[in-house]
Amino acid sequence: MADVLIILVLLALGYFCGTIGQHRHYRSLKIREAQLRGILLFNEKKVPASFSGQRFALVSGSAVISGDYFRQAIAGLKTLFGGRLGSFEAMIDRGRREAILRMKEEARHMGAKAVFNVRLETSNLKSIRSKKNSLACVEILAYGTAIMPQNPATEKAWL
Amino acid sequence: MFLSNIESFPGYVITRHLGLVQGSTVRAKHVGRDIMAGLKNLVGGELKGYTELLNESRREAIERMEKQAKAVGANAVINIRFSTANITAGAAEILAYGTAVVIDRAMAGDAQPAR
Repeated sequence: MADVLIILVLLALGYFCGTIGQHRHYRSLKIREAQLRGILLFNEKKVPASFSGQRFALVSGSAVISGDYFRQAIAGLKTLFGGRLGSFEAMIDRGRREAILRMKEEARHMGAKAVFNVRLETSNLKSIRSKKNSLACVEILAYGTAIMPQNPATEKAWL
Repeated sequence: MFLSNIESFPGYVITRHLGLVQGSTVRAKHVGRDIMAGLKNLVGGELKGYTELLNESRREAIERMEKQAKAVGANAVINIRFSTANITAGAAEILAYGTAVVIDRAMAGDAQPAR
């Protein structure tokens, strides 16, 4: 009886905290994405000749994100029937956007206006020690090459 | 030291290729962080402790790669890739690798890269 109660409490906690956290995160993502819209991301390898001779540096951003207890339980049930796992989709989407934003923040810190060859990598961290329930926890890494204009004249030329 | 995950830049010429350089680090989370992360996992969201840890390890991997590149006399590492592997529960390996090169500014007389 007590076990069932604990599980129910955890489920409720996961549901409420998870939902609030997700809303809050999405709101902050939207605001920061709007602020950083000026930095252009490209996933092309080729840098146009107009960037000739500018400084460049590696920038990266990462986020480790996990789903809450409730959503993981639901996803666990859903795997029986198959289909899309909306809760995990939201989780990975948040993580990826966060990682990209962090990369952009680093680029802005360096004074860059564009990042080339952006790569996204996702890796599963099954690192939480309790073996009985494997908690979903992924690391998302975004990295690329930031290009910094050296003088305002060239900056204007391609903006 | 110039670091990049692109292999060529307009305005620069690669004068020498010095081969592959790499840096890696294996890190384990300490128990305190693991427990906190376990608790955080109930409510979901970002696990800041792990993010920090992985960022630290990535920085270290890059530093080691840079050191290796310096040792062979390079001034840039291009085409950098990262990879993360889960070795056992609680430990992750982070690897950074790339090509060590010597780059130089292209002279005005050099052929301009095609647009």
